Amino acid sequence: MDSIAKVTTHISHNESLIFERSQPGRAGFMLPQLDVEETPLDEIIPAQFQREDDLAGMPEVTEVDVVRHFTRMSTWNYSIDLGMYPLGSCTMKYNSRLNEKVARIAGFANLHPLAAEGEAQGALQVVYELQQHLAEITGLPGISLQPAAGAHGEMTGIMIIRAFIDVRDGKEKSAHRRTMLIPDSAHGTNPASAHLSGFTVKTIRSTPQGLTDLDHLRELCAHGDVAGLMLTNPNTLGLFERNIQQICGIVHDAGGLVYMDGANMNALVGVARPGDMGVDVIHLNLHKTFSTPHGGGGPGSGPCCCTKELEPFLPVPRVVRTRSGGDGVEEALNNFKLDFDQPQSIGRVKAFLGNYGMMLRALSYILTHGRDGLREATEAAVLNARYIAHGLISDYEKPFDAPPMHEVVFTDKRQARKGVHTLDIAKRLIDYGFHPMTIYFPLIVSGAMLIEPTESVGRQELDQFIDAMRSIAREAVEDPELVLNAPHTTRIGRLDEAAAARKPVLRWKPQQAASASLD
Amino acid sequence: MLEQLGAASIESLFDSIPEDLRLRRDLNVPAAISEIELLNAFDEMGTRNQAARRISFLGGGAYSHYVPTIVDHLISRSEFFTAYTPYQPEISQGTLQSIFEFQTLVCQLTGMDIANASMYDGSTAMAEAVLMAERVTRRSKVVASAAIHPQYLEVAHTYVQHAGIELQHAQFDSNTGQTLVDSIDDQTAAIVVQSPNFLGCIEDVEALAEKAHAKGALLIVAITEAMSLGLLRSPGASGADIVVAEGQSFGVPLSYGGPYVGLFAIREKYARQIPGRLVGEAYDKQGRRGFVLTLATREQHIRREKATSNICTNEGLIALAATIYLETMGRRGVQEAARQCAQKAHYAARAIAKVAGYSLPFSGPFFNEFVVRAPSPAAPLLDTLAREKGIDGGIALSRFDANRPNDFLVCVTETNSRAQIGALVEGLADISKAS
Amino acid sequence: MANVPENLHYSKDHEWVRVEGDTAVVGITDHAQEQLGDVVYVELPKAGEDFAAHESFGSVESVKAVSEIFTPVSGKVAEVNGSLNDEPEKVNHDPYGEGWMLKIKMSSPGEVDSLLTAAEYEDFTKAESE
Repeated sequence: MDSIAKVTTHISHNESLIFERSQPGRAGFMLPQLDVEETPLDEIIPAQFQREDDLAGMPEVTEVDVVRHFTRMSTWNYSIDLGMYPLGSCTMKYNSRLNEKVARIAGFANLHPLAAEGEAQGALQVVYELQQHLAEITGLPGISLQPAAGAHGEMTGIMIIRAFIDVRDGKEKSAHRRTMLIPDSAHGTNPASAHLSGFTVKTIRSTPQGLTDLDHLRELCAHGDVAGLMLTNPNTLGLFERNIQQICGIVHDAGGLVYMDGANMNALVGVARPGDMGVDVIHLNLHKTFSTPHGGGGPGSGPCCCTKELEPFLPVPRVVRTRSGGDGVEEALNNFKLDFDQPQSIGRVKAFLGNYGMMLRALSYILTHGRDGLREATEAAVLNARYIAHGLISDYEKPFDAPPMHEVVFTDKRQARKGVHTLDIAKRLIDYGFHPMTIYFPLIVSGAMLIEPTESVGRQELDQFIDAMRSIAREAVEDPELVLNAPHTTRIGRLDEAAAARKPVLRWKPQQAASASLD
Repeated sequence: MLEQLGAASIESLFDSIPEDLRLRRDLNVPAAISEIELLNAFDEMGTRNQAARRISFLGGGAYSHYVPTIVDHLISRSEFFTAYTPYQPEISQGTLQSIFEFQTLVCQLTGMDIANASMYDGSTAMAEAVLMAERVTRRSKVVASAAIHPQYLEVAHTYVQHAGIELQHAQFDSNTGQTLVDSIDDQTAAIVVQSPNFLGCIEDVEALAEKAHAKGALLIVAITEAMSLGLLRSPGASGADIVVAEGQSFGVPLSYGGPYVGLFAIREKYARQIPGRLVGEAYDKQGRRGFVLTLATREQHIRREKATSNICTNEGLIALAATIYLETMGRRGVQEAARQCAQKAHYAARAIAKVAGYSLPFSGPFFNEFVVRAPSPAAPLLDTLAREKGIDGGIALSRFDANRPNDFLVCVTETNSRAQIGALVEGLADISKAS
Repeated sequence: MANVPENLHYSKDHEWVRVEGDTAVVGITDHAQEQLGDVVYVELPKAGEDFAAHESFGSVESVKAVSEIFTPVSGKVAEVNGSLNDEPEKVNHDPYGEGWMLKIKMSSPGEVDSLLTAAEYEDFTKAESE
């Protein structure tokens, strides 16, 4: 199939780095003339503190250069708007344009984070309302929207557990309770967040059925050193931990708390609530479940929700309502404030209030979906995953029998016999116009392919995806080379990542300077 | 579809959730509303943010700068904003090449060798820098200037509280507003300063670097007003080992505090200790240049609890905005914006200092922020100024330090016209006269 | 099938040892490098550091994995293979030759006897992969 290798040198395929396009004297900006009397620079800033390099190397280009540069590069990206993006555990659902419009309303976009509270009541109301809704959705009443992403919310939640235990047991006793239990199927951020909070990680085995091994959990809980458990539910294999109440019971009886990683909340919203399961603290990913855009890798937003008992330990400041409702209009509208007076708080985890723009979008998502729409989204997400599970079972190995929730894991076991592995299947899927699924995660499943369609695809697209996957399975048998050399339709082929890591080039440098530094 | 799956009902799809855990009622969330109703509701809430409409001299970690129109246009392209982390390089080159350009621009501005693909914001970047200094030096004491943004210090304290790091504070000179570091020892991992600092004063980074290096410690420089890099000597040229900055000044709306973007740059020798994602150059079999995520073994998805950080999602789209901003403004635009900030701020400072009863308590050089000492408590004064004159004149420092009742921090950027500065000066004079 | 030279000693952590007088030359096995894939970085200790047997002395990184490496015998590091800094791929191309990692001055040379023979190591890797 090398015959279909690109022969084109289409200009948009060869867009260089902006630095290579730069020409002295070009400019893409215009500012008003300085309208105050200018003072010689040396009189206001001593020469020793002034820049000496004249910003050499920074680009000099025109506005249209920049527009073409990024427009061309954008065509090298796959995106949700182009088609199905079934990255497991990433919840790549449609990002509504309406939410974007809301986030750009001048009253929010131009609001300074240190503006007087009395002059930012609308902004605080948004925070407060979103807090209320997320508390209702999770069944956990304490909440902070300050964490900037999922892992940041995890760190916050785990630090809250630590602070709670320190108060409950006293510092001396709690020093012996420094073990955090994490299933072997967990996302890597879990152990990293636990470590950042000063815990030692112990790993819980999964059963052959893909669920938390209760016996192993009991064994690990028997030593009196367990501060908590970090559990994803549904877990990263897409399975609901049906023993969740028992799991929480075991951990609670051992003196620990249960932290739930909310990465997979898209399977639960409106159907079941972590707070009702015995979970003590959870983080949500507004960029997954609540549709805020992933933006090529952020910004995220990772609210942390917890029980009443843990509420005093949440980050400061909290956004609270001062009165339940005033008599006069004036009073009713000035009801929200920042509460810094939380002596047991773990402290601040981020400057200002968090990724506020994401809160606006998430609230917009909740209000436009409403109570029914939120539940229906969950139902469609699970139905779609189930449909894919059903459609692929004839051609791919499904390592766990249990019916999946919103995502399903398959493996390359059958294709591997022909030397075709998960990576190859993923790359070949690109040729069919789909973004590949999450691959080689969870780590405990050899050759894992984790597929999460979300609710944002219809049956026709699901059928196309299933057909593509089945076609690849056939190709793996009939023409493995075709799959092994995929993708064939992209601007560039598979890149040599080993060479890139051995001699990393992490920035552009001017040719001259680069050769000069070798001398 | 249900039929094909052999499922009796939608309800039955959730059979693996025990009966008693299922929510048997509607969520207590309002019913769906239409686009018209939604926009009206948010517009109405937006109008109750009066501060968003005022003439503003607020800084302190978030700055009003001019943003070229194309920044928002380009980041709103589907291909950028509805993509995710570039896990599949063949169909993510747009994102990857943009990040490579971002890393390059951050290196150029900071004068450092390596920059990552971004952190959540300046405050968390500074906290991660402190953790990194401990990893690099295997020492446990960190001396942080008391003139760092108070919220940044709070975040650092939260991050290091379980890491066995002792965070000490270095005071600043009450005349110059610059940090005094007298004693560090061979257990000190790093000195951390902000420059320009929270009081607006430019620190002598070079002298601090020498002090740190003499004891084998690192110098971490934090910057909240990244526009200052257009004019001020780069921390890299002054000897810094880790530079972190808030990148909001580069084309990112104030948006009540976020999302912003943290810049993180280091010396090359510490490459394997840097947190966050890195993009590097790579080639395919035909020798075509592309870009990939690289040195990933530092990260949590591989090294788990031994990773350099727990960070996963960073601030991709905001880093893209900053990249587009910096390329549109370019070398000369960043210099011009920085020049105007400095000139206008000094013009404003001189004019305010001439108003009876007002003074500038710190003599250290500044870029575009400075502290003003008012003749009466600053908080009520600024309230009155906002209410009566429609001007947000600054940030009362009593919010952060009860011992500074009359001080407030004024920030002037290229967006503040001479007329606005005049109105501020006049307003301050009027209110003080009246009281 | 991975190459397992007869004249070497092997550990269950997939290191090999070649005895030269009281010095042990240490590296990772062909089987280990195959499992790892393209090696992109090798982190080694400094000469002069002391290690007990089975202690972690560094790590080997491929693009998407990190593996700790362990000392098969105790002693002081006499020399490290500095060339792996620039050419970590030697571990892939010549694991028993140019890809060597450490020379350890053994403190108890008798420890070598408790390591696996080539035949035992082959059985061990076979059992492990089943």
